[in-house]
Amino acid sequence: MSDRPDFSQMACPMPLTSHDTVQLAHGAGGRLSAELIDRFIVPRFTNPDLDKLEDQAVLDLPPGRVAFSTDTFVVDPIFFPGGDIGDLAINGTVNDVAMAGAVPLYLSVGFVLEEGLPLEDFHRILCSMEAAAARAGVKVVTGDTKVVDRGSCDRIFINTSGVGVVRDGVALSASNLQAGDKVILSGTAADHGMAVMTAREGLSFRTRIASDTAPLHGLVAALLDTCPGLRALRDPTRGGVATTLNEFARSSQVGIRIEHDAVPVRDDVRGACEVLGIDPLYVANEGKLVAVVPADEAAAAVVALRNHEIGREATIIGEVSAAHPGIVSLCTALGTERIVDMPVGEQLPRIC
Amino acid sequence: MKHLDEYRDPALARALLAEIRRTVTRPWTIMEICGGQTHSIMRHGIDQALPPEITLVHGPGCPVCVTPLETIDRALAIAARPGVIFTSFGDMLRVPGSRDDLFRVKSRGGDVRMVYSPLESLKLAREHPDREVVFLAVGFETTAPGNAMALKQAAAEGLTNFSEIVSHVLVPPAMEVILSSPRNQVQGFLAAGHVCSIMGWEEYEPIAEKYGVPIVPTGFEPVDILQGILKTVELLESGEPGVANQYLRVVRAQGNPAARAVVDEVYEVCDRKWRGIGTIPGSGLRIRDELAAYDAEKKFEVTDIKTEEPAVCIAGEILQGLRKPPECPAFGKECTPTSPLGATMVSSEGACAAYHRYQRIGR
Amino acid sequence: MCLAVPGKVLEIYQENGLKMARIDYAGTENSACLEYTPEAQVGEYVIVHAGFALQTLNEEEARATLETLTELNAHIDADRKPDGNTR
Repeated sequence: MSDRPDFSQMACPMPLTSHDTVQLAHGAGGRLSAELIDRFIVPRFTNPDLDKLEDQAVLDLPPGRVAFSTDTFVVDPIFFPGGDIGDLAINGTVNDVAMAGAVPLYLSVGFVLEEGLPLEDFHRILCSMEAAAARAGVKVVTGDTKVVDRGSCDRIFINTSGVGVVRDGVALSASNLQAGDKVILSGTAADHGMAVMTAREGLSFRTRIASDTAPLHGLVAALLDTCPGLRALRDPTRGGVATTLNEFARSSQVGIRIEHDAVPVRDDVRGACEVLGIDPLYVANEGKLVAVVPADEAAAAVVALRNHEIGREATIIGEVSAAHPGIVSLCTALGTERIVDMPVGEQLPRIC
Repeated sequence: MKHLDEYRDPALARALLAEIRRTVTRPWTIMEICGGQTHSIMRHGIDQALPPEITLVHGPGCPVCVTPLETIDRALAIAARPGVIFTSFGDMLRVPGSRDDLFRVKSRGGDVRMVYSPLESLKLAREHPDREVVFLAVGFETTAPGNAMALKQAAAEGLTNFSEIVSHVLVPPAMEVILSSPRNQVQGFLAAGHVCSIMGWEEYEPIAEKYGVPIVPTGFEPVDILQGILKTVELLESGEPGVANQYLRVVRAQGNPAARAVVDEVYEVCDRKWRGIGTIPGSGLRIRDELAAYDAEKKFEVTDIKTEEPAVCIAGEILQGLRKPPECPAFGKECTPTSPLGATMVSSEGACAAYHRYQRIGR
Repeated sequence: MCLAVPGKVLEIYQENGLKMARIDYAGTENSACLEYTPEAQVGEYVIVHAGFALQTLNEEEARATLETLTELNAHIDADRKPDGNTR
């Protein structure tokens, strides 16, 4: 599967440059560094704060508690169906901030580039980040770029940190769950992880499965508007829905029970999971959230999510109980109950 | 998904359970020799749903779990060689050798790649004529035909940079070992449906007759497994040993002769050591001498292998259905899926991993 | 062992001298070798393991199995007493 960019689709043409690939000098602070920053990076995120190019951004934040998050993105492959590492880097931090019930406002971006990375790849990733930031309504106000020797990092690593302001009166936490609460998933599970897995070099899959990478702040706002009793939010990234539910159960010391057929999964994602022997409950999502709400607010929450373009398949997947605290269980098709444990490392395709 | 979802229908499953309850009158011990079936039983809680008279024990049906330690250690040594592209199914990547596993070899710079099919390894060999591509060929009779075809193709194309480390195992000899043990409790078998899709069922008839046990080729979905169990119980209750195929949509009496023919061209039966059990005569497959050029263990001289099993690991007894994972003193303590001592905890369908992952509530 | 999944044959072709097929699994496609099921036709279902089709799925038998089970289910239902237990 080729990850060469298709220039006919590019909205932003590649800047003129003296090199085809990233050089060590691009990170050394001299002329090439300036070229990289001025021609490649700043134009993608341009705003009054960034354009000053001070060592820091001095910001005016609206009143309220500040949510602050950081994440580093090292995904391989860097280009996959539905997105790239740039999309993940922006949306990932936007979402972590949003999960506090906050409006994400400002991001920093730190790049570690491997010597030899094609500049057209870097440009393509920057264009994705530009589009993702615009979609999320956030500004990249400061950043940093380093270049390391060939072999010292895998093409590109991106760190993003972000701040946002938490809505007044909102105090979401994984430790807030109470018996009787309902657990809601905002859409289909396992899209991102299976998009990446089926696109892996050497496999001959052909599928329309695409990463679901998306900013979730709009869904969060819809929930906050509808559910005064909202307990907790989390986006089920690495480790999938199963991991997030386990984190909730342990933090609140409650039991969570899900129904075997309640978690929505696209048909083609299911097909791919069956072929590779993968359990969708443990597969990463990048544009979904898990919300826990009091039982009497659940129906309204689902309606609010479904009214949003990325929440159309939101559904209740289970409920919280006082039984077996700290444990997530699944009610099987036979009516028996079994534990859904934390995963052990990354799930691998199997033939057995 | 068609031909899959129908066999997960809760109503049909419950009907079979009711019929099993209606049929059983006394205790029976039934073994399945197939990690895929173990996985399905645990995942759907089938053993919990069965009436208490029926005890399910899990046999050595996990080829990953029974691959001998020496083979794994040799594979690790080859994988660490510069110039080698080492390819393997995902299942084998975390299996611990005496000191290492393929993931760790990879982290130290070995070119270890996961493949879904041996044909991908072959493709790598064509694309990298300057590298040696080695494929770790493990599995039961289900996987042997594919692995054999890859080797046959390599020979046909005159590739000189492709070889296999072969550790194939066969089911019937393992069944006999279990049945002939003085400690044996197993009274009936679910035979692995996909093994039977290749081999047919005739080779089980002499075993069923000799030991007076029912052997029922069974599928993998909950409805399939319950169907297999029901048939086994019916035969046990009526005192009728014999082979009765219940995976009718896939298994035919003659199996797949074309697949067996290619396996015979490339491999031959040999004695094989099963990890935790010991050597079982005539229970394995190895590459025929005339194809030695494709045998990685001959191509790469590997000496100085010192194999050591952790003393506390009882995987061998578990694989024979003599003990259950929770009876192991290390289960869930020193031995967990993140830090496994034995192969049955590493393999996603090993009995120990299945027990650990799909634990009952309240255990 | 033996994770093998039913899929529908979409297209049959030759590659490197081997009979191959594109297989559909509920909207995801992958390729599989058809050398061991040379009789498989486009539109038929095969059972695929590690990139090889091992058998064609016998639709007649599948139908018969499901019919038998559905009858069993109806029979069990009819036997059920109002309190949910069987007679």
